[in-house]
Amino acid sequence: MLRVVDLAVARGGVPVLEGLGFALAAGRVMVLRGPNGAGKTTLLRTLAGLQPALSGRIEADPDILTYSGHADGLKATLTVAENLAFWAAVHGQSQIAAALDAMNLTGLQDRRAADLSAGQKRRLGLARLRVTGRSLWLMDEPTVSLDAASVGLFGAMLRGHLAQGGAAIVATHIDLGLPEAEVLDLGPFKAGQSRQGAFDEAFL
Amino acid sequence: MRALLWRDIRLAIRAGGGFGLGLAFFLMVAVLVPLGVGPEGALLSRIAPGILWVGALLASLLSLDRMFALDFEDGSLDLMAVSPLPLEAVAAVKALAHWLVTGVPLVLISPLLGVLLSLDPAGYVWLVAALALGSPALSLVGCFGAALTVGLKRGGLILSLIVLPMYVPTLIFGAEAVRRGAAGAEAMVPLLLLAAISLGSAALLPFASAAAIRANLK
Amino acid sequence: MSIWEYANPKKFMQTSAWALPWVSGLAVILLVAGLVWGFFFTPDDYKQGATVKIIYLHVPSAMMAISAWFMMLVGSLIWLIRRHHVSALTAKAAAPVGLTFTVIGLVTGAIWGQPMWGTWWAWDPRLTSFLILGLFYLGYIALWAAIEDPDTAADLTSVLCMVGSVFAFMSRYAVLFWNQGLHQGASVSVAGGDQVSNVYGLPLAVCVAGFVLLFVTLVLLRTRTEIRARRIKALIARERAVA
Repeated sequence: MLRVVDLAVARGGVPVLEGLGFALAAGRVMVLRGPNGAGKTTLLRTLAGLQPALSGRIEADPDILTYSGHADGLKATLTVAENLAFWAAVHGQSQIAAALDAMNLTGLQDRRAADLSAGQKRRLGLARLRVTGRSLWLMDEPTVSLDAASVGLFGAMLRGHLAQGGAAIVATHIDLGLPEAEVLDLGPFKAGQSRQGAFDEAFL
Repeated sequence: MRALLWRDIRLAIRAGGGFGLGLAFFLMVAVLVPLGVGPEGALLSRIAPGILWVGALLASLLSLDRMFALDFEDGSLDLMAVSPLPLEAVAAVKALAHWLVTGVPLVLISPLLGVLLSLDPAGYVWLVAALALGSPALSLVGCFGAALTVGLKRGGLILSLIVLPMYVPTLIFGAEAVRRGAAGAEAMVPLLLLAAISLGSAALLPFASAAAIRANLK
Repeated sequence: MSIWEYANPKKFMQTSAWALPWVSGLAVILLVAGLVWGFFFTPDDYKQGATVKIIYLHVPSAMMAISAWFMMLVGSLIWLIRRHHVSALTAKAAAPVGLTFTVIGLVTGAIWGQPMWGTWWAWDPRLTSFLILGLFYLGYIALWAAIEDPDTAADLTSVLCMVGSVFAFMSRYAVLFWNQGLHQGASVSVAGGDQVSNVYGLPLAVCVAGFVLLFVTLVLLRTRTEIRARRIKALIARERAVA
């Protein structure tokens, strides 16, 4: 589903990761680990095609993936259902009931997003992944501001997604309760000093 | 695309969306100018086409900086970039939504303001026609400026610095069409040129806007 | 050897360091020669008197104001197509120079216009077009200054330069449509017949050549400064990485 070959990524022109190579099959989930600044977000954004790779190859169909970042892309004046229906429509889908149900938002569906708590907003943001109908989910710290019960909901939704032949890459610090997850520690791929000084190397 | 259009319109109309702000501003201009230059009808009727066009221009400028900035801040723009919607379409739809929410009301209210400024009766048709044909160009050029400045912390000022010079041709042909129309002269030529600017902008600027958004998301 | 080698910053620095004294020296010689010749060794115009001599500043700076924008357009296109940093930086370097020439053109025009037309400023198509050109320069420079990431800034300003060129061009014709004016036709043109007699034309040509070289000198200098600034940034980034 996704193959990465000798990938190097940069943040603000400074290389942060290099020599990355991995493959992800359908039905599998991969957890990215690494301290702050290790390049988890940068890697996910590069995989999502939001920024160009410094070098290397990403072999994936851009039409199968979707991305969830630190911000949820919610509009405060729209209701929960309207927010979700919009993202479904953008992806050519129309069903939102299952996603509302999966993240336990059905009771909140007519509430404006502005009136949600931080955790509820996050749940809505995660439910968005499901209405896209895309099979590869790239998630950046999906569990921020979620309580234990919501983390459980998220884990269940993710497992359901995998069971249907989906795949996911999750950058996270906490244990998602997914023993089957492959773990990719980004530490060893930290860009070497030769690469780190490579900012604007053409000028040196 | 239709979903995005509906969402943008809905956002603009709901509380805090700023709908009507441009309209109110347009009205202010039409009221303040006579207070500044004096109540003499002959003078007002002579400068009315220009005042109305400058007012429409500034009113449409007012809401431009929200066009992409809000979606950029809350992450929607990232999500749209990975969605099946091409950014070119996003830019075009955003410009269309801006025009429907800002441009169309300006067109509709303009005859009323023409009365305030003693516009010559022959000029009303031309005023409405010129604004209807020219205001899409204002939204499209503005959309391009907004796309360029979306990543900036204080983009609003630079946005106007970039967009206003590009409004010059639209302003000139628009005001000229009304002026000639009001004077009973042949006004088709500026009107057609105005339409040409709008059509050309619609054909080309969404691509430039999408390129700018892509560079800003990096 | 291909021309693109000069797009390498190191090669550019070497070549420009070698070329700069020659270009600047020649610029000074031509400017001094052209201006002295023009001011002191040409007769007064039978209609305009001595005021005509401001032509030696007015015409070349107006020409360079337009040429600078074209140079920026070329630099922007090369950056967008081939991603050569130096090309984007020359465009950045040319903008304030172009704006300065625009201002000189406008100010000398006002000084010339006052005794001729009896007014410092008229909304004449040529004057208005130049004023609008100045506004385009302002927007472009402001955008460069506002964006922190240099590559993003280069991308965005290049797109602005391309779109802006189209709109600047349209503005020129819109302004002509709006008002046919007082200004005489172009004083210098390739097809021109009876415009400027040789008595004025030869020193004027020398002045134009001097202004071109002055422009090249300034752009080279400014580009070198920009490259050095980027080099310092890169060095700081490297030191931070090592530390």
